[in-house]
Amino acid sequence: MSAFARTDRSLLGQWWWTVDRLLLVGIGILVLMGAIMVLASSPPIARNLRLDGMHFVIRHFLVLVPAALCLFAVSLLAPRGVLRLATMLFAAAAGLTIATLFFAPEIKGATRWLFIGGQQLQPSEFLKPGLAVVVAWLLASKPGLKGLPLSLILVGGTMAVLLLQPDLGMAAVVASFFAAQLFVAGLGWLPIILLAAVGVGGLWSAYTLLPHVRDRIDGFLDPAAEIYQVERALSAVKSGGLFGRGPGEGVVKFRLPEAHSDFVFATVAEEFGIIACLVIVAIFAWLVLRALWRLQLNPNRFVQLAATGLIAQFGLQALVNMAVNVNLVPTKGMTLPFISYGGSSLLAVAITMGMLLALTRRGARLEPIP
Amino acid sequence: MSEHDKQRMNGIGAVRLRLLALCFVLAFMSIGLRLVDMATAGQRTVTAGPSQTEDGVELRRAAIHDRHGELLASNIVTLSVIGDPLLMNDPETAAIALARVLDGVNAAELNARFARGGRFAWVKRQISPAEQAAVLELGLPGIGFQLGERRVYPRGREAAHVLGFVGIDNQGLAGIEYGLDAALQGGAALGKPDLALSLDRRVQRIAHAATKAGVDRFSAEGACTIVLDVETREVLALVSLPDYDPNRAERAPPEARRNRCTGDVYELGSLFKVVSAAMALESGDVSIYDRFDASESLRIGRHSIRDFRGHQRWLSVPEVFAYSSNIGTVKMTFAAGGTEAQKPFLDHLGLFSRPQLEIPETTQPLVQERWPDIVAATVSYGHGISVSPLQFTEAVAALVGDGKRLPATFLRRDPETLPTILEQAPTVVSERTIKDLRWLMWLTVERGTGANGGVQGYMVGGKTGTADKPTGSRRGYDGRAVISSFIGVFPADTPRYAVLSVLDEPKGDAETYGFRTGGWTAAPVVSRIIAQAGPLLGVPKKSPEIEAAFTDRLQVMPVMNGRTRRMEDGFAAASLTR
Repeated sequence: MSAFARTDRSLLGQWWWTVDRLLLVGIGILVLMGAIMVLASSPPIARNLRLDGMHFVIRHFLVLVPAALCLFAVSLLAPRGVLRLATMLFAAAAGLTIATLFFAPEIKGATRWLFIGGQQLQPSEFLKPGLAVVVAWLLASKPGLKGLPLSLILVGGTMAVLLLQPDLGMAAVVASFFAAQLFVAGLGWLPIILLAAVGVGGLWSAYTLLPHVRDRIDGFLDPAAEIYQVERALSAVKSGGLFGRGPGEGVVKFRLPEAHSDFVFATVAEEFGIIACLVIVAIFAWLVLRALWRLQLNPNRFVQLAATGLIAQFGLQALVNMAVNVNLVPTKGMTLPFISYGGSSLLAVAITMGMLLALTRRGARLEPIP
Repeated sequence: MSEHDKQRMNGIGAVRLRLLALCFVLAFMSIGLRLVDMATAGQRTVTAGPSQTEDGVELRRAAIHDRHGELLASNIVTLSVIGDPLLMNDPETAAIALARVLDGVNAAELNARFARGGRFAWVKRQISPAEQAAVLELGLPGIGFQLGERRVYPRGREAAHVLGFVGIDNQGLAGIEYGLDAALQGGAALGKPDLALSLDRRVQRIAHAATKAGVDRFSAEGACTIVLDVETREVLALVSLPDYDPNRAERAPPEARRNRCTGDVYELGSLFKVVSAAMALESGDVSIYDRFDASESLRIGRHSIRDFRGHQRWLSVPEVFAYSSNIGTVKMTFAAGGTEAQKPFLDHLGLFSRPQLEIPETTQPLVQERWPDIVAATVSYGHGISVSPLQFTEAVAALVGDGKRLPATFLRRDPETLPTILEQAPTVVSERTIKDLRWLMWLTVERGTGANGGVQGYMVGGKTGTADKPTGSRRGYDGRAVISSFIGVFPADTPRYAVLSVLDEPKGDAETYGFRTGGWTAAPVVSRIIAQAGPLLGVPKKSPEIEAAFTDRLQVMPVMNGRTRRMEDGFAAASLTR
């Protein structure tokens, strides 16, 4: 079947024989399902919004094709290339993210988005993968945890900017994948407990200090309060049942805000059934476990830490999105990687997974500069 | 970093990665379990489906029956035409085509509804099968049907004011439909049983026909008739005219929707003398053997009280009642204690308070705030106090029935619990007063103004009333229009049923010699109802013994200046009038 001979030393040949094809297949299935979802469920939504029926389909594919190319191109990189790309990405995205504080219009109470060429862009989406790789390099370049102070400054600065936007969810994701990286880096149990305490304290202060956070959490905990979107999402899931109402046949989705983006999981449940949802959960779980399994076999510290940061943010994003859709956690605007309708998040996720693929290639290693 | 350290760090890294993987596995599993949980929960809600309105399944509504199980209100499944403007080729031509086949649909208005946006617009609700066929024939894309329910009243206008009606969404808007809406909504789907009313459809029909005939014959503005079970205070029939067809309630003018029996209050005039006589007799200060001077009109302050037809002589209590003498009644009231006795008695009977009924159409009685002698006097013959006809019938049922105050009801009373309820009910009059009152009412029909209320073969008691109708705008009366009424109770010896009929502005005709009084206009209505409903309800025919006992009581009336004969002569010659 293979197009490449074992002895093929070309870039593509090497890539084909070293890349983790099981990861690649998992990502491919997700991209395919996302495309099917957009084709099946977005035309009625578009017409409902008085847009052209193919509005979302066209836009999705306009982003999907470059995203897929990006993913492939990035996965061709050697670890050093990944580091270079990540550093540039981090520097650029950090600059743009800081710029949002001054130039971005306020949308729904936050300044997260820039408009470039008529396209909405959330620079912090690209900041995440860059930061993960750069921090991993800082940690891995020195023995033990001697790289910790510098990486702490970087992460702390990033979180400060994110909290100023304010984008609490993104800050929490950054904190979480950084914690995962420290954990894998061999942080002692006592500091881990302390770190967890700091995290809980941070959430608590967010709850007490930020009114919109408090409203959401109170609304989630209060069984009498019904948050419109969540309630709609739940009725969509229930309306679908095990096998769904059929592609394009959803009815609750018309009254479900963000049915094609943040709440696409509920739309899948309504049209394709809970079984399809379970398949999606399984694929995400498969990707995360497969990546972690590969890392465990690779003794290179930079690769381990960088890939841990990348897969952790990918897995967390999927987990939080699905948990919101099934009302396990309070509402948090986050897209479902590859399944949600396009936009800058799709591109960022493609770069993230491209770097992950590059780092999980067989024999990937990067020695610290002595 | 030594080789050993590297080894160790990597060992830790591998362990930590496995721990991290475990965390992710648990997190993904909890999402999976939650999904499975929702899948099964989703199936549970599907089985409890009929109560949902979300997907267009409308609520079912419990049926209403009469006391014998005859259907009074039910539902039929109907279709409504709906439109999805986004699926239409051309909403404007679709609207024009639909307006052509659907009665009452305006093309321009429909088009505006389509253009308003959204994916849903009503085209027409509750269509007929013929209309459905016509819409299907058009074959328009984006036009569909939705199943729904429509309330139907198979008896039409017969019991309209009791049943009330529902709105387009089957929500109760009047009568029992409104008053007991919560008990009806959902129906069998929510385990709610059909509703059994106290009405007797046969009696309702008789009352409706008789009242209608009375209104037509005397060209009355309106009328109200009530048949009340004296023993249980169950309403067997209630008619208010003009009426409406509850199947098309939205087309009925407000005037027709008014429930005159419960929602309106009237000065009932001489009818009220039933209450006054009971009060006087119950006080103990007036006996049925007393006499009052009715030879001259009575002056109270600057007011003068006259009789409709003066007798210019002393009248005994039975004469006062049977001839309906205002002067005698006022004197009787003052002999019994006037305001001090009258006010508490009326209050006790419940004539000062708004009745509690299963229907929302009730009104607070109009009662004078101050109660000087002139008010006590006018109230005694039924002016200066306005009560609803049903409220009054309920009071009379107490006075001639068991002497207990028990509210009227439109629902069936459980015969098992009735004795306990009656035991707890407050007593308003004694057994002796009840007996006297029954006799006085019998006498009124037998020898007095209520002769036209009599029915061949039955012992009927009654009282006539003719009240001047207040002018709509100003205080006072215009003296031309009257409210004529008659209350009958039968059988007169132990009343089982009370029948009240009130005619609003009847006009006399040649047959009544131009009279429009209660005795000439309302009494025949009641008489007809008793004649037709009596056999149906199994009321025993009059027995010669009881009738003899009633007649004998005339003989034992006290002799005063040897005038007993004269009194009897008076009754024998009794005619007409109030």
